[in-house]
Amino acid sequence: MSLTGKIGGIGIVRPYGDTTGDGRVQLSFTLPVPFGAETERARAEGAALQLAAKMGLDPAMVVHAKGMGPDFTFFIVYGRVSHVVDLSAVTVAEREFPVLPAAEVNLRIRSALGRKLVVVGACIGTDAHTVGIDAILNVKGHAGEKGLEYYREIRVVNMGSQVGVADLVARAEAERADAVLVSQVVTQRDAHLSNTREMAGAFRRELGEQRPLLVAGGPRFDPGAARDLGVDKIFGRGTTPSEVASYLVHALAPQEGAT
Amino acid sequence: MTGKLNLDPVIVHQARELARQAGQPVTELARTHTTVSVERAVLRLAGLDGADSDGMPWVNRLTDAIRESVGLEHGVALPAWDALLAGGYPDLRTLAVDAAAGLVKFRLPAGDDGDAARQAADRSVRKGISLIDARRAERDQMLAATSDPPMPWIYLIVATGDIYEDIPQAQAAAREGADVIAVIRSTGQSLLDYVPEGATREGYAGTYATQENFRLMRAALDDVSRELGRYVRLTNYASGLCMPEIAVLAGMQRLDMMLNDCMYGIIFRDINPVRTFIDQRFSRQVHARAGIVINTGEDNYLTTADAVDAAHTVVVSQLLNEYFGREAGLADSQLGLGHAFEINPEVPDSFLLELAHAQLIRELFPDAPLKYMPPTKHMTGNVFAGYLLDAFFNLAGLMTGQSILLIGMMTEGIHTPFLSDRDLALENVRYVRRAAGQLGASFRPEPDGFVAQRARQVLAEAIDLLRTIGSQGLLTAIAEGTFGVTKRPPDGGRGLDGVVQRAEGYFNPATSMLEAAEVAR
Repeated sequence: MSLTGKIGGIGIVRPYGDTTGDGRVQLSFTLPVPFGAETERARAEGAALQLAAKMGLDPAMVVHAKGMGPDFTFFIVYGRVSHVVDLSAVTVAEREFPVLPAAEVNLRIRSALGRKLVVVGACIGTDAHTVGIDAILNVKGHAGEKGLEYYREIRVVNMGSQVGVADLVARAEAERADAVLVSQVVTQRDAHLSNTREMAGAFRRELGEQRPLLVAGGPRFDPGAARDLGVDKIFGRGTTPSEVASYLVHALAPQEGAT
Repeated sequence: MTGKLNLDPVIVHQARELARQAGQPVTELARTHTTVSVERAVLRLAGLDGADSDGMPWVNRLTDAIRESVGLEHGVALPAWDALLAGGYPDLRTLAVDAAAGLVKFRLPAGDDGDAARQAADRSVRKGISLIDARRAERDQMLAATSDPPMPWIYLIVATGDIYEDIPQAQAAAREGADVIAVIRSTGQSLLDYVPEGATREGYAGTYATQENFRLMRAALDDVSRELGRYVRLTNYASGLCMPEIAVLAGMQRLDMMLNDCMYGIIFRDINPVRTFIDQRFSRQVHARAGIVINTGEDNYLTTADAVDAAHTVVVSQLLNEYFGREAGLADSQLGLGHAFEINPEVPDSFLLELAHAQLIRELFPDAPLKYMPPTKHMTGNVFAGYLLDAFFNLAGLMTGQSILLIGMMTEGIHTPFLSDRDLALENVRYVRRAAGQLGASFRPEPDGFVAQRARQVLAEAIDLLRTIGSQGLLTAIAEGTFGVTKRPPDGGRGLDGVVQRAEGYFNPATSMLEAAEVAR
């Protein structure tokens, strides 16, 4: 089999430098080795080449090496990679909903609801750790993304920490919340689970079918346990605001024509 | 440096006057109210530190106990020192321990007892102010013994979460050429209504601001300053719910610059506006005394709004920060007003627009050490394009005489910088400085050309906005979403329950000393 290109529509491919199948790649990295005297330099470059070879670059060439302080060297390496990519073996993770840019989220809300989407957020129970809910809600945001307050078409009511379930239900009703976000960091005696169940039960009891979308989040939640806890969605560690915003429009502002 | 844009001095004066009119009612609010953090700062100046076994600082315990018993309308000092004298306590810590256990009966002393308490409080707090004065003198000595690097200062960030990891990274950055080291705080610290204690090794995306962490880092940078013969400045954050206290700790540990914006916490952290303005004023009075340069946060507006459309909101915020800063006693040389290179590089003439904005701000605030922030919003993950954009940022900074350059990383938004990212970033700025450091002197935009016209347009828009703010009131303007994209009503947000209106006879020895110094200046 030729390794130089696609075969019959499905393909085995290699990186492309300037010729099909040349396998050329570039790479930069730092090694904790000195780059001072001549012998040190030769050793450093040898070390970089050894790493490149182990990464499948053969032949490899150190095109740039620079000492950074007394203990480190930075390298730029070009080389021919011996690996091939089998396109038929590429798997793409299916997502329940696509992550959308803020403008798209705003547009979807405007066209589907014709008004702002209202989100009420809180830390419930005795939990005073608002870091999670604030990272999702505050304009400041998290991981380089702005929080939900940044979205022009989302109105955020952040109730803060240690909010009682009854207060949360009353506020959600008064604000005509489309969605309620609760954050739970403290997990002593599984408080995050019992608090979330209690909250979901209260919304069902008080508002029945009219209840808002219920979303829980926190570092110790199992994202698969939504049904068990009586909520619509659970977000785990590392969730970003755009994921939450995208989920909200997926659930509450379906695209026209979508079923 | 001034006079490249033909700005009309009458219009510039008008802009300042409008900012003053907008800010004055808020200053009045700050003069007539106090907050739990202002009161805790008084106790910190008097030397109360440490925390109980739950990690809650004794300043919080004592302030809370006094508030529950006699309220804070008269300040914490009068009842605290009265109880100290009446109970024969050796120090505030012992008093705080008993107060937290509910063993102290506080009162508002009158007559001779009141005078005695006020005098004792004055003596204790004056020690804290004297310590801040001594630290300021120590900075001058360090500058004389080493050297003060020329501007623009190269500003680099460390943020490992562990102070003992931060230290070698900061020292390495200084050796690589950084003039200013900023230690980013742990996510969420701004919303804590207390200052954590001690050296900390766990933080999320940053390291807690604590007195001990301040001390450790300043000592490490003093070592490297002596080694390099160049004074390396240290920056942290006096923002969030504990602005006044962190300002005091910074003054006592000789930090050199502090992030301290008049509206950042309100807009971006949903901290109550009234709380913020009161805390801000006290913290700036402390910074003024300590010789600390504040860094304002206007760059943040451009990360949420479009950098062309919202250019004038940056100028408005700078004028307000200048008014509030000067009012609190800061000299122009302490006003590190912020702005940023955040225009979408796809926009035609984006570099000319950046030059117009940067030059406008340079000419509006000729004596302020302006802090220029690198691109973040349009750093896409294409590190090669990002490196080019950072070079243009460096060029704009040098051409327009910016004072403090926060050095951009080509991996912005991908990860906290690698050692090599930082090294490449410094190589970038060194090249631009070597190649074009003198370009500013030859840069003369045509009097009615694109750059000059754009600058005048932004100033005109700023004046329009200031007029609107002035007519509706700053708090209303904030409530209606004028800044950033959020509405922040004066009765909303965190920390409002920590605001207290001062009663007749309110006593705060620190405020008296800090304000007396302003009058004397």
